[in-house]
Amino acid sequence: MNTPKTLFEKVWERHEVVPETADTPAVLYIDLHLVHEVTSPQAFSLLREQGLKVRRTDRTLATMDHSTPTDPAEIAGRVPIKVKSAAEQIKQLEKNCAEFNVELLNLHSTQRGIVHVVGPELGATQPGKTIVCGDSHTATHGAFGALAFGIGTTEVGHVLATQCLLQRRPKTLAITVDGKLGKGVTAKDLILAIIGKIGVAGGTGQVIEYRGSAIEALSMDGRMTVCNMSIEAGARAGMIAPDETTFAYLKGRPKAPQGAQWDKAVQEWKQLCSDPGAKFDREVHINGNELVPMITYGTHPGMVMPINGQVPDHSGDSVFMKSLAYMGLQPNETLLGKPIQVVFIGSCTNARLSDLELAAQVMKGRKVAPGVRALVVPGSQQIKREAEALELDKIFTDAGAEWRESGCSMCIGMNGDTVASGHYAVSTSNRNFEGRQGAGARTLLASPATAAASAIRGCVADPREFINQ
Amino acid sequence: MEPIRLIKSKTVVLPYSDIDTDQIIPARFLTTTTKAGLGQHAFSNWRYLADASTNPEFILNQDSARGCKILVAGNNFGCGSSREHAPWALLDFGFKAVISTEIADIFRSNSLKNGLLPVVIDKENHAWLMANPGTELTIDLQNSTLTLANGKAVSFKIEGFARYCLLNGVDELGFIMNQLDTIQQYEQARA
Ligand code: SF4
Repeated sequence: MNTPKTLFEKVWERHEVVPETADTPAVLYIDLHLVHEVTSPQAFSLLREQGLKVRRTDRTLATMDHSTPTDPAEIAGRVPIKVKSAAEQIKQLEKNCAEFNVELLNLHSTQRGIVHVVGPELGATQPGKTIVCGDSHTATHGAFGALAFGIGTTEVGHVLATQCLLQRRPKTLAITVDGKLGKGVTAKDLILAIIGKIGVAGGTGQVIEYRGSAIEALSMDGRMTVCNMSIEAGARAGMIAPDETTFAYLKGRPKAPQGAQWDKAVQEWKQLCSDPGAKFDREVHINGNELVPMITYGTHPGMVMPINGQVPDHSGDSVFMKSLAYMGLQPNETLLGKPIQVVFIGSCTNARLSDLELAAQVMKGRKVAPGVRALVVPGSQQIKREAEALELDKIFTDAGAEWRESGCSMCIGMNGDTVASGHYAVSTSNRNFEGRQGAGARTLLASPATAAASAIRGCVADPREFINQ
Repeated sequence: MEPIRLIKSKTVVLPYSDIDTDQIIPARFLTTTTKAGLGQHAFSNWRYLADASTNPEFILNQDSARGCKILVAGNNFGCGSSREHAPWALLDFGFKAVISTEIADIFRSNSLKNGLLPVVIDKENHAWLMANPGTELTIDLQNSTLTLANGKAVSFKIEGFARYCLLNGVDELGFIMNQLDTIQQYEQARA
């Protein structure tokens, strides 16, 4: 009998053009390369300097999201793009894609959006593929059983020129989540709890496979939220074995296989799971029944606690105390009831249709508290249209929230959407690092339900007060 | 890329753990389309005060940090985003090596491709380096050791191929390009 293999091993081995040796890393083939405006300009410059072409334009797809405006007036050209250097970067991407013949979802494309939202949405993200992008949240695509990871700009150049990367084989970590998530507990709470448990460097050098009944019960949107934040635990990639939920999501998407090709693909995808008895380098178990809504209190995603918990007391730890000082918080403080100034519902973690539906469910017929700025930024133009068809935009704007064009927006604050110094923001994004949402900004990461509930109350609030099922 | 063999310098210590790439180079500086000049923005939120004047309390603004090529940082350095602007900024600032107990995967890989040496050492020696800022170190890449001023040598691990590339100034792209025939065969076999 063949040795049992993990999902990761199956995908890795199919993509080894040259296997690794003691002296040299593997040459790994890349099926899909996603490109955006921030991490690609220097890579295209390298190609130009060396007189190289993009080797497989058919495996390369570009979009603009990071420094791209989300203000409808800027997108429509009624006012100039606020951040001059960002406008320059957007222009540069257009020029590079035209020169090198790369498909680009440009500013006015109806398919444009955050790179990790549009890949799956178009059906370009598929089980068993190797997918890279010059962005650490490429791990998102692992929700489909792909091996997907972030790379730097030099590597972007390598993939553009050769469709391959030099890689050492990572280790594997299985995280099994059994049980059933309770009322008001979302995929976001689950991944925050996992990071709280294993730590922000807990996954370094590893690829995580998420499994167990609580993972299988998640929608594709939820699975993407979980895999998205694998990098916040230090892992290169997160993966979930594809199943009927995955196939149902992909069927009929423009870049997914069609007709007879589809049936053949599904047959192959069904093989993509860890065999019984397959060995992982490490295993972690989590009981999904015990999870509650989570919120971060510090300056990395591992500094996280239950929404109704207390900030831990590590007064003797200067690094911990520096982080709390930045956040303006004290040990033993409760966050529930803490006044906030901003709510951001968006990012590649939580800006898909079901995230917006959840937030709308909480906001419907209610008003954003006075003094709170609430910003709702859909993950893609398609999600924007779908949400508008369901009139979610009306629910948000009636409540007093802003409804934007798609993009990364306040997750990274490159396009001018920022949080002021000292202000608290409950955000559905993935990073609460110092200054991430603007210099001096204080970020509290949480789910869309918690963010929406906090917008209504004007302070950190428990979403379970608003959610009935 | 210039070959690296020996790095000799005093150290500068940043006594924080989990220093992420948003600290090394905040996102607002990523709208550049070149690599040049990022050093002036390295650790910008810590180096400059709200009125854009330099923060005299921050270690990298002090005389003792001038000319230091070796940065010693707390556990888990370089976590967060894949921005290669982080090693570009550190190199442009003048650093040639970063020492920690753990260095995040993508940052490490990006550093190696640009000639910034990521050095991971054991907790005990790391604690000593953290407690003794400004100590004179020699990092010998050929032998994967760092030597303290008192002659004590500490070995560090570095992946063999990465070391080979750094020692010889080998560009990985050239290495992959040499395999193009094999890559093409692989594509044909799978098509
Ligand atoms: S939404 Fe945020 S985390 Fe996601 S790709 Fe954009 S900047 Fe990165």
